[in-house]
Amino acid sequence: MNNSVLNTGRLLWAGLRALLVLTLVTGVIYPLAVTGVAQALFHDKANGSEIRADGKVVGSSLIGQSYNLPLKKGQETPEPDLKWFQGRPQNGLGTNSVNTQYKLILSGATNLSADSKVLVQQVKDAQAAVIKDNSVPGYTVKRSQVPADAVTSSGSGLDPDISPAYADLQVHRVAARNGLSVAQVQKLVDEQTKGRTLGFVGEPRVNVLELNIALKALAAKG
Amino acid sequence: MGSVLAGVLQLLALIGALALAYIPLGNYMAKVYSSDKHWRVEKWTYRAIGANPDAEMTWTAYLRGVLAFSAVGVLFLYLLQRIQGILPGSLGFDSVNPAQSFNTAVSFVTNTNWQSYYGEQTMGHVVQTAGLAVQNFVSAAVGIAVAVALVRGFARSRTGELGNFWADLVRGTIRILVPGAAIAAIVLVACGVIQNFSGIHEVGQFMGGTQQWNGGAVASQEAIKEFGTNGGGYFNANSAHPFENPTPFTNLFEIFLLLVIPFSLTRTFGVMVGSVKQGYAILATMATIWVGFVGLMMWTEFAHHGPALHLAGGAMEGKEVRFGVGSSSIFAVSTTLTSTGAVDSFHSSFTGLGGGITILGMQLGEIAPGGTGSGLYGMLIMAVIAVFIAGLMVGRTPEYLGKKIGTREIKLAACYILITPALVLVLAAISMALPTPPHSMLNSGAHGFSEVLYAFTSAANNNGSAFAGLNANTDWYNTMLGVAMLLGRFLPMVFVLALAGSLAEQRPVPETAGTLRTNKPLFVGLLVGAILIITGLTYFPALALGPLAEGLAS
Repeated sequence: MNNSVLNTGRLLWAGLRALLVLTLVTGVIYPLAVTGVAQALFHDKANGSEIRADGKVVGSSLIGQSYNLPLKKGQETPEPDLKWFQGRPQNGLGTNSVNTQYKLILSGATNLSADSKVLVQQVKDAQAAVIKDNSVPGYTVKRSQVPADAVTSSGSGLDPDISPAYADLQVHRVAARNGLSVAQVQKLVDEQTKGRTLGFVGEPRVNVLELNIALKALAAKG
Repeated sequence: MGSVLAGVLQLLALIGALALAYIPLGNYMAKVYSSDKHWRVEKWTYRAIGANPDAEMTWTAYLRGVLAFSAVGVLFLYLLQRIQGILPGSLGFDSVNPAQSFNTAVSFVTNTNWQSYYGEQTMGHVVQTAGLAVQNFVSAAVGIAVAVALVRGFARSRTGELGNFWADLVRGTIRILVPGAAIAAIVLVACGVIQNFSGIHEVGQFMGGTQQWNGGAVASQEAIKEFGTNGGGYFNANSAHPFENPTPFTNLFEIFLLLVIPFSLTRTFGVMVGSVKQGYAILATMATIWVGFVGLMMWTEFAHHGPALHLAGGAMEGKEVRFGVGSSSIFAVSTTLTSTGAVDSFHSSFTGLGGGITILGMQLGEIAPGGTGSGLYGMLIMAVIAVFIAGLMVGRTPEYLGKKIGTREIKLAACYILITPALVLVLAAISMALPTPPHSMLNSGAHGFSEVLYAFTSAANNNGSAFAGLNANTDWYNTMLGVAMLLGRFLPMVFVLALAGSLAEQRPVPETAGTLRTNKPLFVGLLVGAILIITGLTYFPALALGPLAEGLAS
């Protein structure tokens, strides 16, 4: 009995020493070495791919933002600022509940099921809004034109991209709101559209923040 | 090019990359676990541990090593979270509460990486890098070590010796996982994954105002999270978060990382038992199931049945534009057929049948190709069962790789395959029967039940993904899922090592005209059939109540 307790103790002591040595290798040296190389070779990317416009940081090219009007008095959900291209719905984004000294973005999805009544309603509302917002005199959006990404929330809630179809659909509205011609804005969207990597990896997409920065520059030029 | 064709081409590219890595990585791993030489850094490590790396262990000694090392790991990680509040680099985050600390500690030590916490608002730098990421390495190394011990059981004869656990643990970590993860981490940073130790970071926004992010050592953790089939995300959104998985290429690369060791281990197995063709047969079995599941998943996700997805015109809920439906389908199947559990899209919002495919993938026991090590030993157990069934059909004593599958061996294999279904079905049933646990469900009806079934399937099989609507941060789920993870990891290991010990003691039986050729396509077919039938019969009633009911209704 005493012997087996002693043996178990010795074994656990060996286990602890193994853990501490491997913690030093994989939990201290490894992350620090990777950080050193990353900061030296890929400084901007390692720090979040920040993007600048007019000399100040306006976000990360990887993190989706919302383009809303300021909240009016008594309003709870902000309205989209239709002057700018809009991203995907963000119904899965959460608010920071544990460590409330910060206003951290809490990434996430809605996790609503394909047969959820709540999700059906979200999709219906989003479709109605997309049709209403993007129909301008001389250009009426049909329901069949609204792509799936325009009415669904992404996995992270931070999707920086929209499909080229959703960007195209917003061209008439954005042109009208900014006093630009449809052709000018369409050209801008085409320039900002990224194809599949190597022609087959991933899906074609448009980065909304980069598109809006380019739009702002174009609108300023007149 | 259409999205379907692009999806298929991505699958083919992935298969090509895995095929290129198969022989070199498989041979290298065989060398790692067979070599007599010790690296200098390894010698220092053995001295620090106080272990003799050349001392051979019996199966019981090997098992004691596994259990002692894992027990210390759970305790250490638990304490680290409990004192987070006073650790430096904690970004002001408090200590984690006891139930959640227990759940998380068990989760990472068992290679599950189930997360009932939100990464970006709970864990500071020290717990992430020196706690969670360390277990990402060593839990994977423990899995491979146990698999290698079983392979030695087949390869050796008339001995009780299965190798040295400390040597296998240290070599797996230092010679395979650390170099692989380091290269992968740099590739990920080059594509945009963040890697820094800055605190909470405030940046401006296009419309004015600011947004706050965490900095963090994300790339270094992301690399081993996939390479060691762990799956615990730095951020709540896991590999859907653009800082973890920024581009279509990183997505494909991460799928490659999480599949490459489990597939290549079949080569290691073939080399170590002296017949690479035996390895090919196991590989073919794994690949058949994996490709078949990917095909089914793409079919159901592109068809986007289900009222909400049908209305939207595509299954994009919970999916990122840059990955799309095709690439997300490959990721979802690969992560649930291995023990990874990382997600680039949220399984709860997949079609009913698509969600069912992810659940069934885990319920197969994660053997196609499975987790690092656990996939290989799980598949070899199924191979033992398959030759036993074949032996029953022709009425002769079954053999596998020259070893007789007698009463003791088949009892151990049977115990192995009964553990996880028992844990999953019993614990899910209790959760549904009790008054409070069902309150955690987000969705109602069949899908709500699927959330609970998914949780216990994921925990007992050490996967870690979720139908994440379920609020698992309650005392009941933190505790019971923790228990499921512990028993689902270590009880099977007991039987695997006992089987290894019993096989190693046998003298090999010579091959005769009546021996079942386990390196031929016929055996691959038999093995695939045995896996699908055994699992199908075990879980069919539960699947019918959940994902099948949802999928067939829409």
